[in-house]
Parts: sequence; structure tokens; C-alpha cells
Amino acid sequence: MSDVVEKTLTALPSLLSLDSQPGAAKLSSTSKLGNLIRGITELTSKHEEEKLIQRELTSIKEQVSSPNTSMRQMKELMVRATYCEMLGYEASFSYIHAIKLAQQGTALEKRVGYLAVSLFLNEDHELLLLLVNTVLKDLQSTNLIEVCMALTVVSQMFPKDMIPAILPLVEEKLNHPKEIIRRKAVLALYKFYQIAPNQVQHIHNKFRKALCDKDPGVMTASLHIYLQMIKENPEGYKDLTASVVTILKQVVGGKLPMDFNYHSVPAPWLQIQLLRILSLLGKNDHSTSEIMYEVLDESLRRAEMNHNITYAILYECVKCIYTIHPKSELLEKAAKCIGNFVLSQKINLKYLGLKALTYVVQQDPRLALQHQMTIIECLDHPDLIIKRETLELLFRITNAQNVTVIVEKMLEFLRISKDDYTTTDLVGKVAELAEKYAPDNEWFIETMNTVFSVGGDVMQPDIPNSFLKLLSEGFDSVEEDRKLRQFAVDSYVSLLQGGPGKLPQRFLQVISWVLGEYSHLSEELDPATVLSLLSKLLDSKNTSSETKSWVLVAMTKLCEGRAGVSVAREVSETYSSSLDTALRQRAQELQHLSQDSELRARVLPRDASREPLEVDSSLSFLDGFVSEALAAGAAPYKPPHQRQEELAQEKALSLEPYGLSLPISMSSCSIGDRQSPTLLSVSSGLSGDSIELSHKGGSATLKLDGVKRVWGREGYLSKRESVEETAQVEVPSPLRSPSQQGEADKSHNQTPTPTPTPEPEQEKQQLASSLFVGLGSQSSVCLMGKSDLTNQRFRRKARCPGTSSGSSEITSNSIVSPPSMVDSLLYNNLLDSNITSELDLASPQSPPQLSQDLSTANGTCDVDLTDRDVTANNPSIIRDNGVVAAEDPDKPTDLCLSSHLPAELSGLSRSEITALCSHQSLHLSACHVQGDDSLALVVFILNSSDSDVQQMLLQLDSDQLEVSSVSESPVQEVRGDSVVVCQYSLTVKRPSVLVEVCGVMSFMCSVGTPQSVQFSYKLPLASFIRPLTVSTEEYGTMWLAFSHDTKQNLTLMREDRESLTATLNVLKNKLQLHVVEIIGMEGIVACRLLPDQPCLMHCRINAGTLAVWLRSPIPDLPDCLIYHCQRALQEH
Amino acid sequence: MFRIRFILIQNRAGKTRLAKWYMQFDDDEKQKLIEEVHAVVTVRDAKHTNFVEFRNFKIIYRRYAGLYFCICVDVTDNNLAYLEGIHNFVEVYTVVDEMFLAGEIRETSQTKVLKQLLMLQSLE
Repeated sequence: MSDVVEKTLTALPSLLSLDSQPGAAKLSSTSKLGNLIRGITELTSKHEEEKLIQRELTSIKEQVSSPNTSMRQMKELMVRATYCEMLGYEASFSYIHAIKLAQQGTALEKRVGYLAVSLFLNEDHELLLLLVNTVLKDLQSTNLIEVCMALTVVSQMFPKDMIPAILPLVEEKLNHPKEIIRRKAVLALYKFYQIAPNQVQHIHNKFRKALCDKDPGVMTASLHIYLQMIKENPEGYKDLTASVVTILKQVVGGKLPMDFNYHSVPAPWLQIQLLRILSLLGKNDHSTSEIMYEVLDESLRRAEMNHNITYAILYECVKCIYTIHPKSELLEKAAKCIGNFVLSQKINLKYLGLKALTYVVQQDPRLALQHQMTIIECLDHPDLIIKRETLELLFRITNAQNVTVIVEKMLEFLRISKDDYTTTDLVGKVAELAEKYAPDNEWFIETMNTVFSVGGDVMQPDIPNSFLKLLSEGFDSVEEDRKLRQFAVDSYVSLLQGGPGKLPQRFLQVISWVLGEYSHLSEELDPATVLSLLSKLLDSKNTSSETKSWVLVAMTKLCEGRAGVSVAREVSETYSSSLDTALRQRAQELQHLSQDSELRARVLPRDASREPLEVDSSLSFLDGFVSEALAAGAAPYKPPHQRQEELAQEKALSLEPYGLSLPISMSSCSIGDRQSPTLLSVSSGLSGDSIELSHKGGSATLKLDGVKRVWGREGYLSKRESVEETAQVEVPSPLRSPSQQGEADKSHNQTPTPTPTPEPEQEKQQLASSLFVGLGSQSSVCLMGKSDLTNQRFRRKARCPGTSSGSSEITSNSIVSPPSMVDSLLYNNLLDSNITSELDLASPQSPPQLSQDLSTANGTCDVDLTDRDVTANNPSIIRDNGVVAAEDPDKPTDLCLSSHLPAELSGLSRSEITALCSHQSLHLSACHVQGDDSLALVVFILNSSDSDVQQMLLQLDSDQLEVSSVSESPVQEVRGDSVVVCQYSLTVKRPSVLVEVCGVMSFMCSVGTPQSVQFSYKLPLASFIRPLTVSTEEYGTMWLAFSHDTKQNLTLMREDRESLTATLNVLKNKLQLHVVEIIGMEGIVACRLLPDQPCLMHCRINAGTLAVWLRSPIPDLPDCLIYHCQRALQEH
Repeated sequence: MFRIRFILIQNRAGKTRLAKWYMQFDDDEKQKLIEEVHAVVTVRDAKHTNFVEFRNFKIIYRRYAGLYFCICVDVTDNNLAYLEGIHNFVEVYTVVDEMFLAGEIRETSQTKVLKQLLMLQSLE
């Protein structure tokens, strides 16, 4: 922004200087430019304006080419030429004269010359090369004004290749005594950085000097460079954080000269720039964010709500606070700020509030809930831009429960919107939502129908493509697939019967493909009906030839029976003489295949699109044909580029069109390719839609660096707490089951709404309840997950088995089925054998002297030991130190340490106690204890010497787990010959087959220096699994809501009638699952991952194996669980 | 790469009063953009926001009497900052107005100009 201001300000002195120079032409009433402008403003029609300017240009042209024109007159002519050019009339004849003027004129004339050049030419213009010498000369000038002008033009445009020629001179200017020169030099370097970043790499530290410049203007200029560089590589500039914070502090504190104030706000645009930099630096970086909390707080405080510019600062501040590592106090203040924006009467602020809300809503859905009534109002706002932003916000809070309402609102908007860009964008979003959250087939197909009809030919081509892919690949159950396809067929048939005239081409293509592929699914549908509908399409004038190809392919698939053959003959006769080669090709195919049903069945088998297509890209099957042809004297094949080269060399008659058409027809005549319409669309997207292409081409330049998707689908992931808080917020919803509705009603009554609400108000509230359902209340509705809930109904099948097999492969090597060694006192037959602990006596990252210590201590560094190894090693360690002289080599530690187990944990099932590591006389062991709703990790620290160990600090950390200490105060010392117990509570953050806790213990022995040891403890995910008691109905609703799934066949326990029950019982006992119901050959099972992440399991006996299907809202949970099920059954 | 794509000052009839392009367009494109901007901006009500989405950018505009000042920027940019940028620009314009009026030099004493401006500022 400050660019504009800056430019205006720099332009100002030169404007003023107009008047200080005697004899300089002023914009007076008598000047020619004045006359021209006045003349134009007085005109009424565009046509008259054109005529006047053409006259003007002709006279200018005459004068510039006359040798008698003086430089001064030339300057005047250039001014008028630029004005005409600005109004959109070409004055290219004057370009060269502008350059000349810049070269030869006196200071003022030079200035006008430079100005004209910068307005006339663009970066790639070849005449710009002529300017390089002038710039070079002016940069070396002793006249400040000339240097200034040269730098200005350089920072506006400069040929990239010539940068090295002037770079040293510009660099030199960074040390110029005048700040205006320094500032312009920095801006010129910014320009260089933008167009050729490599060329200025060596002067990065000079930028730092500019950042520390005593002049605020120079410092501000350098921020442009830094913003750019930090955007590209935030890691490289973390050390700047403190400086940026200091600068912002000074600016906010009013330390800048008063000149920088704008409406008594100190340097607002500078503040915004600094806030932007801070948010880039603090993103996903806790420690860096830490540095800026204070200044952000101060910025929020200082920016009083009184003027637009302070709102601009506040908005930037809020965005920054929500981008960097969260801090609750600041978030609270920012949320309040957003609230003020949203509730403001000023429409601009309301809009900004909505924008901010959209930005933060995924991290904090509570905020959207708070403002639901305002959002509803905005949905009906007369200003479309507000409506549009509201839809964007709703898009972000869509879930399976409110999807129908939100999509309806979006479609409503689409029907009135006339802007292509908005339509394209919104249609894509509707399609995304429909695919993700569709509640049923009918809704999905109908919504997609609207998408195709409204989106028409402006939508992204990947929407129809992915829709067709979805239909053809199918998803979870064969029956569902069939129903969906059948419904699509029925819906399309009725659409075609209703008159296809208005349907967009893309939609017609989708329809043709689906009808061709699946109309056989609809039993009451006569293929002849479909054929006649399709042939009507062919006859329609509105059908493009690309669409006709699709229709013909569909007909090829359908032309069965006598009626079919006759239709096919008729159609193929019509089109086999078409001028369009692709159409002719299709017609030929139709003709041949309709006559040879055997060949057709082989070429276009039904439901073949489900099979992955094997493409022999080398076309080796043609080798025989080729060699025969070569033997018969045919010329060898030459690739098109080679052919064209040869043609060019021969300079023969240009046969280019023929040369090109060959490969195209080659590719499109691959009859065997069942999916050719889809492929065709790729090629025809290039050739056929030329209108659309040119349309796109027109905008392509505007799109330069594309529109970034600023608001990603996933918000700030590390911020889970607030989402948990929102779980308490209840929303009334008509969509819930009666019992939940009761709860909801209760909470609804608690919200302070005035009881007698007027009618429209009630309507709004109803709308609100259907829009905001499921927002933040998910975990109270059921046990669904925390933040990443994607209840995807139409989930594509994974082509490859995915991670489950991968991870099990890796882990199965290291896990040797452990002998269950459970303390007899705590024996619990439910939970014995599935607890496997792995021990990791490793210290790879520890400092060298430490690892030495460790290795001398027990000599088993870096060794990953399985349970078996541990039990073999434990006794030796302990016996060496003479603590335990137990006879039983298997359970020495257990017996001695289990008595130290905290009282509240005794009686619960637990794993055996395993040694973690030892250091001289200090021994660490651990076990995990499974409570009903928790999993506790107990670490035993045994000091076997007589001297105390002091300043002990035990820290646990894990990528996959949330570790929190249960003990009130951290243990700091262990007396001689005693045991200290630390208890931790664990919950899973990221499921994995085995989860690991790493720890470091530092301590001080009574004699000697500080020491530390590292250890790790692994436990199976199964220890976090608990039964989940749900009814069959609840199971059903949850099943549909969960998106992450996995399927696998497991071995059955027995081969008899009770095999399902027996197998499920084994799983139930070993993994603590809850068997919801068993009906015949099917069983449903539910469990949860602590504390409340549900996972559902559906089992069916199928051909002697147990087909298991797991679903959960948590990404990796099904995969991990299936692994444990497999193991449990193997071990049994 | 550039924050501002172009600045346009148009009158209500859509005639360009000032155009400054910070991106490369050819003449036809410029003309098309000018017309589109005019179509988008002039239909808007005074009660509407000062922002419009435009292709894949947004336009921030402000109306002063019969003139529309439009700035085209990235969708992610800070709307209000630009809105105030326009205002700042216009304020600078008034400085020019204080000095030159109707094509004539009006006031040459810098202190007098400053005084006038201060007075104007206090009126706001």
C-alpha cells in the first residue's frame, strides 16, 4: 500500500518544482494539454472522443517527426501523447521519442521523458534496451535529481538481462548520504529481487543494513524485500523477529516523527506491513510466537476503534494472532475484536468481520455460533459481496448435518449470480461439499444436476471428470453403487425427456456417458428409449460436435437388438461423412461394433471401467503389423516433430495439417479404450472449446501468480483446546434423534432468547439451527472426534492397500509374540496377552559423553530389544548391582516394584514392569495400567545405592501421545535404597500400531556432575482401546458419519456355525471391544480410543473368512485396529 | 508479485480520468478491464461495501463526488488499508488543490498552505 502513498509523495516535490523553475510550462488554461483535457470532458459521446483523439494524435505525429521540433516542444508533445495513451489510444510512434527525450533533455525534459517511457513501455519491450545507457549515465551523475529519476525508472521497469550492468551502481547508492536516494535504491533492489532473485543474493546483508537505517523511510522500503523473502523462506529469517518486534513497538509507541502520522495514527501502513511479517515468522513456531505476544497485545490495545485505518490495523492484528502459535488471552481479545467488526453498523467493517470469521472459523467454530444471527442476516443482505462472503464462511463450517441447507443457499446464490468467476468458484465448492457430505443418493445426484446445469461450461473440467470417476469406481458396497448409478440413469432419462435444449454441453456429455455405461441397470428402461433420446440429442442444433462424439460412443455401447442396429446404421450413415474427423471416427466405430456383437462385448465389456485399464504405451502388440508393413515396403514411422523439421528443410508445400492430424487420429482410434470419452475430453478441451480457451486466455494474464487458496481447509491444527471447549456449546437442531433433541432443547432454553419472538425472527432462528447444527456440538452428540471430522460419504476406493499393510509389515518384524508375564496379584484374564511392551535402550541423540556413560553402564546402547530380550537382560543388570537376588529369572523386577504401584491403580490390569534403563545405581522401570477411562504410565525410579540422588528431573515427550503428569509435585530426589514412583496419564494424539513415549531423566548423584539418561517406552495401541456401548440405531447413524475406513479379511476361529460368535468373543476379550449385535452371518462391534474417539467394526462371514470393515472419524485408527485384530486372532 | 495491479480513476460515465497499470496488459485488455470495472463499480449502492470481487482479484473503490477511485489488489490483501490509501491519496490531492486552482498557481507561501490544510483537517 505504502507504494501508492510513497509515489504520490515523491511525485509531489516535482509537481511543486514545476512552479519554481522559471519558464516551465504549467498546467494553465492556455496549455495544449489543458485544452485537450477540456475538449475531451466537454464531449458527450465516445465516438466524438475517438475522433478528437485521432486528430490530436495525427498532429502530434507530424510534429514529433519534424526535425525543427525543439526539446521543449517535444516535452509538451510527450505529455499529450501519454494522456492519449492513458485513455487507451495507441501512440506507439512516440515511444522512441520519449526515450530520446530522456537521453538528451535537460532535467525537466528528462523527467517527462522518463515518465513517458515508464507509462508507454512494459518490461519486455525491446526499446527498453535503449534506455540502459541513459540510466547508467544518470546513475553516475552528480545531480541528485538525475540520480533520483534514474532510480525511479529502474524500480518501475528494467530489462532483466541488463541488471548486472547497473547493479554495482545501485548497490553503491545504499550508502548515499541522502535518504531519498537510499530509499529509492532499496526499492530498485526490491524490483531486482522480484524479477531476478539470484542476481541480488550476494547483497542480502546490505538489506539488513537498510532495515537498520536511521531513516524510517529507508527502513520501510526494506520491509517490502523482507516480506517477500520471508514469505518464500520463513525459516531463514527467524532471527529478525526480535528486530521486527522492536520496530513495531517503537512505531506503536509513537517514536516515529509526526510526519508519518495519518489521522493521528502512527505510520499505519508500516504497522500493517510489520504485522504481516510477524505472522509469517510466527506461523507454526511456538518459540518465535512467544516473542511477539507482548507487542501484539499492545497493538490491539493502542488501536482504538475510531477510524478506518485503525480498523485496518486491528484486522491485520487479528489475522496475525490467529496465524501464529495460539495464546489464549490474545485469542480472546482477537475474538472480541472480530465480534465488534461483525456487529458493526458500518458495512465495510461487517464485511471485514465476516472475512476474519471465515479465516478463524475452523479453529474456533464457537465464534461462528456466537454470531449466527448476524450471519443469517448477512445471508440476505442486498450487497452480493456480503452474501458471497457469508457463503464462504458457511462453506467452511459445513458438516454432514447442515450440508443440505448450506448447499441450498449456495445454489440459490448461483442462480442469481451472473459473474463467471464467482460461478466457477462456487460450483466447485458445491461439488466438493456434495461429494463429501451427501446424505443420500437422490440428493447427491440432484445437487450435481444443478451444479452441471448452472455451472455449465464455465466450471472447472475436473468436476464432471471426478463425478464420472466416482460413479465408475464406486465406493463401499456394490449394492449402493448400483442404486446410485440407477438413480443417476433415471434422473437423466427424465431430464432428456423434458427437453435437453437448455442443458450445457458438459452436462450432456456426462449424461451420455452415464446412460451408455449404466442404463442397463434400470430394468424397466428399454434400451431403445435411451437410443432414441440420444439420437434426438444428435439432431439438436445446440449440441456441439464434441458432445456428439460422446453421444455416439454411448450409442455404441447400447446398440443391442434389431432396433438398436437399425438406429445405429442410420446414425452412422449420417455421420460417417461428417467433416469432423473425430465424429467420423466414432460413427465408424458405431457401425462396425453394432454389427459384430461379439467384438463389441470384447471391446466394450460391461462394468469394465472398474478394472484398472492396462495401457501398453509402447504399442508392442502392433509390432507384427509394423514389421509386416515395413517388409512390404512401407516407410518407417517418424514422430511428428521430425516430420515437420524435414518438411521445413525441404521447403516443400506445407502439409502441416496432414502431418498433425495423423497422430491425433491415431490416438483417438484406440477403439479398445473404453474410457475414450474421458480421454477425448482432454484433447478436445484443447481443440474443441476454442471459445472457452480464448476466454481463459483473456484472463490468463490477470491470473499471473494465481489466486492462492488463502483459507485452507484445515485450520490451525495444533489448536485443539478451543475446539474442545466448543464442545460444550449446544445448538438446537431438528435433525437429531429424539433423545438428543431433548438435551438440545434444554440447552436452548438456557440461552437468553426473548421468549415472544416475532415471526421472521423465528424463521431466522430455525434457519440458524439448521445451519449451525453439528458445529462445535459434535462431541456432545456422540463420541465423534475433535477437530478433523470429515464425514465423507463418497469416499473413493484406494487403489493400493494403503498404509495398513505397510505399517504392519514394518512392525511385525520387531514384535515377537511375547509370553504373557503378568503379576499374579493383578491377574486379569481379559487383558493379558495383548499387552506387548517394547523396550528401547537407545540414546542416539544424546551428547557424546553421555552415550559413553550409558554404554559403560550397561553396554546396550542403541539396541532395540523385544520383550524376550528384555526379560533375559533384566536380571543380569539387576543382579550385577546386587539389588535383587531373585530366584525366578522371569519376574525379578515385577515382584519388587509392583508393591510400589499407586494404590488407586492396584486391581487394574497392567503390563509387566519392564526395565527402561540404568545408570550406575539408578534404575528406571515402567509399566502401563489400563483403567476404565484412562491409561496410566507408571515409571519406577529405583536408587540402589546408599547415597541420595538429587535435582532429579524426569521429562516425557511423544509425537503420538499426549502425556500429562498425574503426580502433584514433580519428584526431585530419590533417597538411597528407595523407590520413587511417577505416574502419567496418556492419550493418543495420532494413532499408530505402536505408540512410543520418549523420556529424559537428568539428575545429580551426591558425588559428581550432572548426569542424564534417555529412554523410550513403547506400548500397543490396543491398550488405549475401550468398549463403546451403543445401540444398533446409534451405530447406524455413526457409521454413516465416519469417513475413514479400511477393509480386510481375517481368519475365522472355527469352521462351524458358531464361528462368528467365537471369533468376535476372542476379539472382545482381547481388545476390549463391545459387540453390539450379531445377526446371522453379520456382526457389529464398537469401541473407542481413549478418551472418546469412536471406531466401528462391521463383520460378515464370507467364503470362510471374516470380512471386516472398520470406520472411524480418526484417520489412521481403522488401519491400526485391524492390525491388532489380526494379531489377536493369530495369537489365540 | 505486485500488490496493486492497477489504479483507475473514472467518472460516472466510465471515462478514464487517470489510469496507472502495475501489470502488463495490452491495450484491448486495458480497455476491457476499464469497462468491466466501471460496470462493476457504478451499479453499487452507497450502502454497499467499498469492495467488489473482480475476476480473481478484488477492487477497492471510493467515490468522491463524480469520480470513482479504484484500486485492484489481491483478494488476500487488507481492504481497509487500501481504502484509506485512496483517501490519503485524495488528501494529497487537496494539498495540490490548495496550491494550484483551476490551472493557476493559487498560493505560494508554504506556511499559508500548511495553515489552510490544518484548518481543513480540523473541519473534518
